[in-house]
Amino acid sequence: MGNITFIEHDGTEHIVDIAEGKTLMQIAMDNLVPGIDADCGGSCACGTCHVIVDSAWVSATGIASDEELMMLDMTPEKTDTSRLSCQIKASQSLDGVVVRLPEFQM
Amino acid sequence: MSIKSELKEKGRSIIEKSSAAVPIHMQIKGAHLFQKAKNTVFKREGFPAFVEYDIPDVMSLELKDIDVSNPFLFKQNCWEPYFKRLRDERPVHYQKNSPFGAFWSITRYEDILFVDKHHELFSAEPIIMIGDRPDGLHADTFIAMDPPKHDVQRQAVQGVVSPQNLKEMEALIRSRAEDVLDNLPINEPFDWVERVSIELTARMLATLFDFPYERRRDLAKWSDIIGGAAQLTGGAGSVDENFTAAAEIAKAFSELWRAKEAKKAAGEEMGFDLISMLLANEETKSMVNRPMEFIGNLSLLIVGGNDTTRNSMTGGVLALNQFPDEFIKLKNNPSLIPNMVSEIIRWQTPLAYMRRVAKEDVELNGQTIRKGDKVVMWYVSGNRDERAIDQPDQFLIDRKNARNHLSFGFGVHRCMGNRLAEMQLRILWEEILKRFDNIEVIGEPDYVQSNFVKGYSKMMVRLTAKS
Ligand code: HEM
Ligand code: FES
Repeated sequence: MGNITFIEHDGTEHIVDIAEGKTLMQIAMDNLVPGIDADCGGSCACGTCHVIVDSAWVSATGIASDEELMMLDMTPEKTDTSRLSCQIKASQSLDGVVVRLPEFQM
Repeated sequence: MSIKSELKEKGRSIIEKSSAAVPIHMQIKGAHLFQKAKNTVFKREGFPAFVEYDIPDVMSLELKDIDVSNPFLFKQNCWEPYFKRLRDERPVHYQKNSPFGAFWSITRYEDILFVDKHHELFSAEPIIMIGDRPDGLHADTFIAMDPPKHDVQRQAVQGVVSPQNLKEMEALIRSRAEDVLDNLPINEPFDWVERVSIELTARMLATLFDFPYERRRDLAKWSDIIGGAAQLTGGAGSVDENFTAAAEIAKAFSELWRAKEAKKAAGEEMGFDLISMLLANEETKSMVNRPMEFIGNLSLLIVGGNDTTRNSMTGGVLALNQFPDEFIKLKNNPSLIPNMVSEIIRWQTPLAYMRRVAKEDVELNGQTIRKGDKVVMWYVSGNRDERAIDQPDQFLIDRKNARNHLSFGFGVHRCMGNRLAEMQLRILWEEILKRFDNIEVIGEPDYVQSNFVKGYSKMMVRLTAKS
């Protein structure tokens, strides 16, 4: 079993186990990682599960779809490696992945 | 060119082509006179006013005769069984002859999410209310634009309500709330809508726009007029009033714009208000020269931020009166306020729907929606959908997943002001709990006549001070 590191905006780290097949959003919610709202429950329709992927992990997590980019454009904290965590499926290949949370969800 | 098409052409361009030297509000007045003249030439009748009658029991109607665009459903507070019947028996429902023409009603949570998400199948143009917009007043607002035009416009203004900016405004919004609450009568009946909900929302908007504080109630007035035309939402107002309000908005905001522009030119420090931010942005710094965009964006923010928050402020008090155990829960545990704010916004659903137009034929829940059909997403119904929400008619301030409601919509048009609305309601309830032990609702509130705004025109209450 591998793990994922969520880093809150204030620097607090949360290292949690990977649950195969679940999305990063669900894993964060299940482990009570603060800073993700997930208002639409994972439908890529609210933008409140924004995470910033560590640049070393961008190819492993894949690229955002057009739909996802449109939702990401709605937050002022968007960066080049921003993703919606409900659109990233966890698997062993993500063992060790690091994602940062924005200051606010929008 | 025939007289008819020539007139049409002139009507469309009369505002766009007017010289920049003519003030915007004069241009709108011109368009209004022109429209009136055109209506006289073609002997067109205005949209008839709605006459109130007692809404029948929904079970006495045939499915095909159910018309949820009736603006008295909310006014008489009898909407719940209507939408429940549609959800259960015909979740994608066609009404052939409403006063607003034919339209589809989407009433289940999942189907609403589907329509809202799929902007490539369902267009938000030309407007998001059920009726047709008045000829001659075709203001451009991004809530009623599809991507990619929508995205550019939204990005230009969304910074003003970003959480970073809200942090700057929180202290000022709180002090204005404290002032309103400190001046309320104790143990004596008064109208909560007038004294608290309207007043606080107007103060907040004046803060957001850095609008002259003593004229703040104009913002509330304009919002009511814009959303209140019979032709658009079944309200009690008229299109003529809409033109007048648009001209007033244009005048007041052009003046404000010019004053800020002068300030900027003089090198003075700019604030965190909307117009300062528009002036600071390359894309929008000359928006005042694009009148329909200018009016459209300002009206959108004035309306978007007004009745919605106002009616949530009233709705929360009413809900806690109808579910008194929740008030006890709240007093025992004020840290529930943020969760309660989401629950209030779900329970109230201040905007009952958004309207779309199908861009192609779409199968949905067993029905075929045809290209060009009007499609209405009834958030007010989806928020009570038993299939998606546990005990949906209950108001539960500690509800799990309270944030998963439909009141802010989903997809690219998701409410831009949602964080501002939540912040205001959170501040209000934090300050209420510091001061009062009880807010007793006296009698029944008066509800607004509209199929779009789900709200209150009056609600009498009596306060008990904290002992
Ligand atoms: C409880 C309060 C509020 C509710 C229930 C509400 C509801 C909504 C809804 C349903 C939409 C359309 C969503 C869709 O089509 O999917 C919307 C859009 C919008 N709202 Fe709000 N709103 C609220 C407060 C505010 C405030 C305070 C502001 C700003 C000052 C605001 C500004 C806007 C704007 C600009 C849009 C257009 C967004 C776009 O088209 O991209 N709203 N709102
Ligand atoms: S949970 Fe809404 S977009 Fe990810």
